[in-house]
Amino acid sequence: MARGSGWLKRAITGACVALLVVILGGCSMFSGPQAVNHPAGSNMQTIWNLFVPIFWMSVVVFIIVQGVLIYSVIRFRRKPGSPEPHPTHGNTKLEITWTILPALILAVITVPTLATISSFAKKPGAGSMTVQVVGHQWWWEFDYPGQGVVVADEMHIPIGVPIEVELRSNDVIHSFWVPKLAGKQDVVPNQHNHLSFTANEIGTFRGQCAEFCGAQHANMAFTVVVQSQADYDAWLAKQKLPATNIPSSDQLVAQGKQVFFTAGCVGCHTINGAELNGVQALGIVGPNLTHVGSRTGLAGEVLTQTQANIATWVHNPQKVKPGTLMPNLGLTVDQANAVAAYLESLK
Amino acid sequence: MAQATATQQGAQYRRSVIWEWLTTVDHKKIGILYMFTSLFFFLIGGLLALLIRTQLAVPNNTVLGPSTYNEVFTMHGTIMIFLVVMPLNSAFFNFLIPLQIGARDVAFPRLNAFSYWAFLFGALLILSSFLFGAAPNAGWFGYANLTTLPYSPGLNVDFWIFGLQVMGVASIASALNFFVTIINMRAPGMRLMRMPVFTWMTLVTSVLLLLAFPSLTVGLVELMFDRYFGTLFFEPTAGASVVLWQHLFWIFGHPEVYILILPPFGMISEILPTFSRKPLFGYPFVVYSGVSIGFLSFGVWAHHMFAVGLGPVPNSVFATTTMLIAIPTGVKIFNWLGTLWGGSIVINTPLLFAAGFIGMFTIGGISGVMHASVPVDYWQTDSYFVVAHFHYVLFGGSIMAIFGGMYYWFPKFFGRMLDDKMGQIHFWITLIAFNMTFFPMHFLGIDGMPRRIYTYQAGMGWDFWNFEETIGAFILGASVLFFAYNIIKSLRSGEIAPADPWDARTLEWSIPSPPPVYNFAVVPTVTSRDAYWEQKYGSAEPTDAEKENLNPSPTTVRGIHLPPPSYYPLVAAGGLVAMAAGMVMHGGGLAISWFVVAAGVLVLTFGLFGWSFEPNH
Repeated sequence: MARGSGWLKRAITGACVALLVVILGGCSMFSGPQAVNHPAGSNMQTIWNLFVPIFWMSVVVFIIVQGVLIYSVIRFRRKPGSPEPHPTHGNTKLEITWTILPALILAVITVPTLATISSFAKKPGAGSMTVQVVGHQWWWEFDYPGQGVVVADEMHIPIGVPIEVELRSNDVIHSFWVPKLAGKQDVVPNQHNHLSFTANEIGTFRGQCAEFCGAQHANMAFTVVVQSQADYDAWLAKQKLPATNIPSSDQLVAQGKQVFFTAGCVGCHTINGAELNGVQALGIVGPNLTHVGSRTGLAGEVLTQTQANIATWVHNPQKVKPGTLMPNLGLTVDQANAVAAYLESLK
Repeated sequence: MAQATATQQGAQYRRSVIWEWLTTVDHKKIGILYMFTSLFFFLIGGLLALLIRTQLAVPNNTVLGPSTYNEVFTMHGTIMIFLVVMPLNSAFFNFLIPLQIGARDVAFPRLNAFSYWAFLFGALLILSSFLFGAAPNAGWFGYANLTTLPYSPGLNVDFWIFGLQVMGVASIASALNFFVTIINMRAPGMRLMRMPVFTWMTLVTSVLLLLAFPSLTVGLVELMFDRYFGTLFFEPTAGASVVLWQHLFWIFGHPEVYILILPPFGMISEILPTFSRKPLFGYPFVVYSGVSIGFLSFGVWAHHMFAVGLGPVPNSVFATTTMLIAIPTGVKIFNWLGTLWGGSIVINTPLLFAAGFIGMFTIGGISGVMHASVPVDYWQTDSYFVVAHFHYVLFGGSIMAIFGGMYYWFPKFFGRMLDDKMGQIHFWITLIAFNMTFFPMHFLGIDGMPRRIYTYQAGMGWDFWNFEETIGAFILGASVLFFAYNIIKSLRSGEIAPADPWDARTLEWSIPSPPPVYNFAVVPTVTSRDAYWEQKYGSAEPTDAEKENLNPSPTTVRGIHLPPPSYYPLVAAGGLVAMAAGMVMHGGGLAISWFVVAAGVLVLTFGLFGWSFEPNH
């Protein structure tokens, strides 16, 4: 028996060490662009601060239950000459204890949970900034109310300013999620949801739709660019300008503009201030392209934005993103290259 | 066939075996049909799981395109829930409930046969969508308005609606049947608080099914009306709130989770006492906690909807109720541990699976408490953290317990032992591969990987664990094939099982293995909980009836009245599925669709009519 329990002690110690290694290893391995364990926004920081104590309580419960389970199965296994067990039917004191103890643990979790729910529900007051987010199959639109600025798949915000995100859907349910900045909030048609957070780190943060929304749910990603107030102001000022005038010297860009305004692109896309032979680009079905050349991602972040990638995309969108609502307009490779050059020029 | 005797079983009825199984109303045969049907579907659902894991093994993979992937993950969920775990539980309800309560059959044997055939046909209808390249693709939860015509113009959602409706009829009929059976058909002395816990959990599950399914039915009918007749239940441009669907779905969907896990709770509560050689610790607490889980399960549905934007008050209420439901669940776990404590534990396959169940289900329960904290859920919902959570509940919980149940009751089902040596190998491979597959999904949740994405880019920090999970999934798949091999081999050449191979405690072990068609030669009289243990080890001498049940003599069993076989349940179920198939055809614009629906109505009416006027002797 003594030998047996020594073996048991070693096994339990080994299991605890292994668990610790997994947990510590786990903490160091979460380094991806959407990992939540190093939040860069107030909302996610609050969530993480709530999660960590729940996690450690869970570890304690886990060790107790698994420990008792493994110990009992080993310790009480039938051996030759094992006595007939005592036919215990139960123990009311024990039952009361293990009803109340978990209830207490749960109460300890519930109180800060409820407090956080109500703190999240408060709208930020003065000094906050509103961005209206519209979910589309399968891209994101960001409107800056009162600024006349509409961009796609790339949201710029200043650091340290409380952001009030108003969520609208243009079609089905989506969910707005920038893991490092905030928890999810669903984007529901016919419903006005909002989410508030303050970014506290300068950088770019990847976000992604989190509610299944059809064929290209996987490729409905976007970028949040957190900037200093000055950089943000500069960005906003630039976005307010109409599209860049085309330098007449660049033949390819001129040709691309020609294609863009005649092949059907303008039916879905807006380019503020651009015009060709009296035709304007005022479509609202697809993303606003006024300053598309200044963005870093393309088509819900499937591709990084380069002239070559834009050409690949407009040449055959279905090949890049099967099921996308952007049709194949049958552009030749040359036409696609020209359009790409034109769009890339719209800085 | 009013008279069933030992001799009749052999020589007298030599109709074809197929006819016998098509017309059977014997709860044991129906249980076996459920078992093999759902095990077959388990292989299909598992195959789909391996397709998912193959696609996600590496970033930017192109094994499955987005449309195929969305069909595969939708059908994986739909199959595992409706075609595997529910009917596997049903297999045990059917086979065991009459035996555990000392009855000769269920209350409505032909309705029972009808339930099985309707389930099978509904399942085949939904699976047939693969043949038409139109498998359901909007998730097992089918959130409106993605499922309405503008966003899902194909037949995919139609197959899903009508397949589920037919299976829903089957589930409700079956729930009604077991509810009435347990309330009305108990042997003398089998008071409610003497019933085996598995019977108790079946009773609670039946109530949940009866109350939960109608909500799904209403949702599906509204969706069907939107798609077929231009109503606007889920049309936001007409002012509808699409959140209505989520309420209807989850008022069904959360009790459904307990429909999947309560019967396994019951199985564990039978296995542990037998192999600890102790009564279940705290029987009344285990029973009452099961009942209170049943009650509370109707008050927690919105915890699936914390991020929908219901507002702080509903979210707070549902957070609290969800925390509450963890208490009775914990009570059960502690009582199982109390049962093991101080026992004389036989370590064999059923016990290992039962212990594995406790360990794995506890992990799923703990992560469930994390989700109950609404702000934490804002992060975890719809991420791989949740995928990890419910696989710990449904595979680590339900499936592990059902595997244990299969090793435990296999000798009673088939009269042969399910090989224990292979079983123990099966257990260890399952436990390791399961954790390889699903534990790292917690890590991916922390790494911010959302659910239901058909691909992901490199550089997200998701590559390693996805690849490792895929390896685990294939080992897990191999372990299931190994289990299938064990079943086939044991059915053919397994050791012949005695009536009571485990020295067990409940009435099903007091009759031969497999049981004779009439179950009990003499209806037993029950004097205590663990009725058969009391017969064996109680102070009273074994009565004649007890000896007779273990070893029936032809004279005793002559004259036992049993319901005759009937093909009407099969016909009626055929009519029902024809109606459903006709409706799907209508969605596809086929001109003959209304004729198919009308023919289905006629066949169903004929089946029910014939059934009602069929002589009962």
